Amino acid sequence: MHYKVCGCDSEVLHLDLWLQGNPMENPDNKTQVVLLACGSFNPITNMHLRLFELAKDYLHETGKYNVIKGIISPVGDAYKKKSLISANHRVTMAKLATESSDWVQVDDWESSQNEWLETLKVLRYHHQKLASSNPANSLQNAVPLIKPGRKRKQEANRYIPVKKNQLSPETKGVPQLKLLCGADMLESFGIPNLWKLEDITEIVANHGLVCITRAGNNAQKFIYESDTLWQHKNNIHLVEEWITNDISSTKIRRALRRGQSVRYLVPDAVRAYIEKYNLYSPESEDRNAEVILAPLQKYARGCKQEQTL
Amino acid sequence: MKSRIPLVLLACGSFNPITNMHMRLFELARDHLHQTGRYRVIEGIISPVNDSYGKKGLVSARHRIAMAQLALETSDWIRVDPWESEQEKWTETVKVLRHHYNESLRSLQFRKELVRNNWHIERATEDFLSSLDPVSPELKLLCGADILKTFSTPNLWKEEHIKEIVEKFGLVCISRAGSDPVQYISESELLTQFQHNIHLVTEQIQNEISATHIRHALCKGLSVKYLIPDSVISYIKHYNIYTEESEGKIKGI
Repeated sequence: MHYKVCGCDSEVLHLDLWLQGNPMENPDNKTQVVLLACGSFNPITNMHLRLFELAKDYLHETGKYNVIKGIISPVGDAYKKKSLISANHRVTMAKLATESSDWVQVDDWESSQNEWLETLKVLRYHHQKLASSNPANSLQNAVPLIKPGRKRKQEANRYIPVKKNQLSPETKGVPQLKLLCGADMLESFGIPNLWKLEDITEIVANHGLVCITRAGNNAQKFIYESDTLWQHKNNIHLVEEWITNDISSTKIRRALRRGQSVRYLVPDAVRAYIEKYNLYSPESEDRNAEVILAPLQKYARGCKQEQTL
Repeated sequence: MKSRIPLVLLACGSFNPITNMHMRLFELARDHLHQTGRYRVIEGIISPVNDSYGKKGLVSARHRIAMAQLALETSDWIRVDPWESEQEKWTETVKVLRHHYNESLRSLQFRKELVRNNWHIERATEDFLSSLDPVSPELKLLCGADILKTFSTPNLWKEEHIKEIVEKFGLVCISRAGSDPVQYISESELLTQFQHNIHLVTEQIQNEISATHIRHALCKGLSVKYLIPDSVISYIKHYNIYTEESEGKIKGI
């Protein structure tokens, strides 16, 4: 194995690199990243899938990151969004859509919960999962810098215990988990009662955002105008998409209701699945019409003073 | 009940490479024409331009045809036709239209002969039965609405060709929401005269995948997944088709 970082072609394992972490996992010492996309995916479209590709290319081009996985996490039915069809279908379609991808996969943990979960909780869950599956980090709740070869007994004193569910994202060997989204999600931070300020803060502080925007979009302005976001702007990556891609799920559902073709806008397997089960109709569009969105219900109930983003 | 006019859509262009947007144009056009109640779209034809067109970055027709074939494998009504690319030199669009129109007449004639001679037909498919319709199919040029604009570019089109295209054949022009192709028509006497034969279709779901951008992305090693079919991506990688060299450019220029 060659270590290009130190500029030589020696096959000998360089001690300093070895000490920084398992070189087999991270040969070029770039920060490993996992991208997590939360959303309705009602249905998943080519645009959703593009977000992952754009984000990966962008992060790789910085030279600092290595994107190792993408996770699609469809929201649970308890979200109560209008026109949201059963999670089973949405998860299945997402799986069909990602069959041809060697790095993006679907996770149904969020969708199988009985209650609606805040995005932060989903982030924490997946971060924890990444941390516990990482061999260099087999001990939970630790902020270690594991030096291979040392006995664990000796290491015990070196661990700084942290609060449960708040594993430091700087834990060596654990990939960074970033929230992947479009500019609409970023700007939804400003909608009253949709997000908790402390959640937004933790998301941008501990994890980070990769936000795909259109040229000339308001995202930069939005970040500038928010103290919280501005403070963590280094952890918010704005990626410009170079084609105008407006394949929204809403438009797809509308086209389907009108008997219009959605070929080449969603993966063929998804289109076939929708047709087979006749998933989208005027009736399905009216689901949850009289119900209030879960986060609005939750936060409006316990509501306090206005929070400034 | 008045029967619908059978219609064939023909798209000319570089298809360098074919993208999801190209194929989407066909779907949009078909939906629109069906919704008028007057037409039944029976076929879509993609006709990649001849290599001698000489456009910068144009890769060999052999590849462009192969990629289009791969892309259209899953379509049951759109096909790629190599005739234009096989001619000795570049062929004007009107001639391509004439050729395909004649071809569809010939195949209609052939089918009529079959029936007249009582040849045994294994299975009378709906397509076949409807193809016995005495009405010969119309052939329309499928294009972006920006083509209308190019009609007014001096020396780009022959006036008599434009006339033949809009009078004898017809156009199906796709434009994006927010643009106004009607003005291109009203700015031209000829187009105004035959506006009944120019079908304007608005694409509400923007998905502007320019083949130029695709090629640039490929040169830079960026992903084009979900913009063009996977089979086309594999083909491009296998033959290493789009490179700085094929684009005809030197870095920095």
